[in-house]
Amino acid sequence: MLRVEHLTKCYDAEKALDDVSLMLGGGRILGLIGENGAGKSTFTKCLTGVVRPTSGTISIDPGVSVGWIPQEFNLVEHLSATENIFLGREKSRFGFLDRRAMRDEAKRRFARLHADIDPDRPVSELSPAGKQMVEFAKALDASYRLLLMDEPTTILNAEETGRLFGIMREFRAAGGSILYISHKLAEVRGICDDVAILRDGKLTCLAPARELDPAEMARRMVGRELTRMFPAPPENPPGEPVLEVAHLASGRAVRDVSFTLRSGEILGVAGLAGAGRTEMAETLMGLRRRDGGTVRVNGREVRFRRPSEAVAAGLSYLPEDRQGTGVLPGFPVADNVTLVSLARYCRGGFLKKNEIRKAAEEYVRDFRIKPARPEALLCELSGGNQQKVAMAKGLDTRPRIFIFDEPTRGVDVGARREIYEFIRNLADRGVACLLISSDMEEILGMCQTVMVMRAGEVAGFRSGDELTQEELMYLAIGVKER
Amino acid sequence: MKHTAAVNWKSVRDSGGVWIALAVFLAVAAVSNASFRSPQNLINITRQVSYSGIIALGMTFVIAAGGIDLAVGSLFALAGVVSFFAMNAAGPCEAVQLAVGFGTALGVGLVGGALNGVLVGAARIQPFIVTLGTMSIFRSLALFFAGAGLVSTGNQLYPKIVSTEILRIPLPTLVLFLLTAGLAAVLKLTRFGRHVCAVGSNERVAFYSAIRTGLVKFWTYVLVGGLAGLSAFLLGGRLNSVSSSGAGLLYELDAIAAVIIGGTAMTGGKASVPGTLAGVLLLGIVSNVLDMWGVSVNLQGTVKGLVIIIAVLIQYKRKDVAA
Repeated sequence: MLRVEHLTKCYDAEKALDDVSLMLGGGRILGLIGENGAGKSTFTKCLTGVVRPTSGTISIDPGVSVGWIPQEFNLVEHLSATENIFLGREKSRFGFLDRRAMRDEAKRRFARLHADIDPDRPVSELSPAGKQMVEFAKALDASYRLLLMDEPTTILNAEETGRLFGIMREFRAAGGSILYISHKLAEVRGICDDVAILRDGKLTCLAPARELDPAEMARRMVGRELTRMFPAPPENPPGEPVLEVAHLASGRAVRDVSFTLRSGEILGVAGLAGAGRTEMAETLMGLRRRDGGTVRVNGREVRFRRPSEAVAAGLSYLPEDRQGTGVLPGFPVADNVTLVSLARYCRGGFLKKNEIRKAAEEYVRDFRIKPARPEALLCELSGGNQQKVAMAKGLDTRPRIFIFDEPTRGVDVGARREIYEFIRNLADRGVACLLISSDMEEILGMCQTVMVMRAGEVAGFRSGDELTQEELMYLAIGVKER
Repeated sequence: MKHTAAVNWKSVRDSGGVWIALAVFLAVAAVSNASFRSPQNLINITRQVSYSGIIALGMTFVIAAGGIDLAVGSLFALAGVVSFFAMNAAGPCEAVQLAVGFGTALGVGLVGGALNGVLVGAARIQPFIVTLGTMSIFRSLALFFAGAGLVSTGNQLYPKIVSTEILRIPLPTLVLFLLTAGLAAVLKLTRFGRHVCAVGSNERVAFYSAIRTGLVKFWTYVLVGGLAGLSAFLLGGRLNSVSSSGAGLLYELDAIAAVIIGGTAMTGGKASVPGTLAGVLLLGIVSNVLDMWGVSVNLQGTVKGLVIIIAVLIQYKRKDVAA
């Protein structure tokens, strides 16, 4: 159905793809894995025609139309879910839009996905998980025979992922083919028939999925053995309380959140999408109006009216939505890193450019950011490297409390490990960390104590022997009470 | 200072297209017409464009922060009218009158700009709507105060001051050039300038980066308002009178056109103050050359419009190649 031969793509001198050849037959799911910057995105961009290959050919069987679920949402924010689903493929009757038919079809697709989404709601009002569902619904068009899926499960919980896989298997049974790109290696093994591994733009392995376990996949992706993903737990017990939150409330999203965060602690925050975790973090940072409750930093009660006050009090926040709120793609690395902490690099309002450059060079070296040029524009960096820049930006304010919101979303294995080590080092130096994550493995690997949120409230805390994936899931969906 | 020069050269290079166009126009005009290339004519051009040009420099900041200001032309007229009333009421001493006039023109500009700034920055209304409204308000107030006619003074010092020449360069031209250098440094070398571009590039990211986005936008409108007031003062002295209906007419469009020709992105985030100066000069040269060639005044708007569209077209092409 899809045949790629000797595909090569060069950006200036750098080869993003180097002589890649592969085939995808009907009724197959092919997993494509690789570190960030290995060429996966370039590969999909070539397939979808976004960029033109330097050499090589791509052939798709005649009559096969291709559906694409991109990694970053490709939705028109102010149009409704229905309008987005049929964007460019609108149904019409007598030259007028057939709104009812489209709305009914959208409803049917959401029902198949078990997604509780109002088809008339503007996409801008949907949560990231809801937007992902709209992207899926878009790809469920019956005419598609080949689907490209780029990191579709990053923001889904286990149940939603299971439903998606069910639909993918139906699609395969009907003779359709899927190219599936993911960082979640266990999922790749579970759903794919074959696995293709890219490393530095080259295809290093193409084998049936059952012959590769996740450890082997990871090894072939990085070309070295990954012994353990997570750094060792801390030796010292947590110190003094630095952040005490009581009955925090904001709008409908955050209703009653109380917890204490100690210096050197990494407190996990688990919960389903829409449980109010991001909103809680935004309320703490002064990004969102606080309607109730008290917050104490180092014992002193605070009320932040704007983010700059939270930063001044020693808080830092790594937002969930990197593209929308985290970094400026048109700005150089150096200017991104120093954007929040810019006051420190000023004399009489004027920037001390040399110091900005020096600071950026240090971060580029410490975080192994590639390309290692502070003046490189952020949009030239891969997702993992952009995330490192976003972290450096949060770190440069010298925070004592750091809130991480999905820090490894869309980040490859190697960079992910560096991020974990970075968070652990930060905690070891006494910074109090709040780790919001939908990745259970990550939360269990990084945290000694986990707070679970449900519908804007704290559903409970788990630590020690009680800290298991099942316990967290029970709390998150509400089977079990505190 | 060495550093400043280097940075300015970089922004000159970034907005390369407009400088090339400027050079081409200059060459064509100079070759085709002897009276064009006389130094006095060139100096006259810079003086003629300086009034809307000074405003364009401020407009660069407004657009860089993702905004737009349609009210600058009306504010220019209002600042002129009010400052003339203030001068006439300021007693017999001409120097005092002048100081009062200058302070009033600048003050009216700053206050008018602050009004726009509050409505955009604090009340979060679309800048196009806000300034469309204040454009109408400022012009109508100017007409009302002046009875829709001219306001004038008998101050003999005023024309002398504003037509002062230093090394044969008229005062308004000098102000335009000095402000270009100063504001270029502000945009590229200060925290405020960085914040302006961050807000224009992506307001949400800027907000999450603990930047007070509303305040940043507020100051851009105050800046352009103040410059409109300053410009009104510089022009008012030439004839010692201000027309409440004609003063500053379409200045907002000239200013916006110069900013866009100069390589500043209409969507914000990327801006060049020297580029704006080049845009201002380019528009001035075009209309001067058309005069020299005897092209009908009524047709000049067409040529100007074409220049704007072609300039932007060339820039977008350049961007595509780079990306």
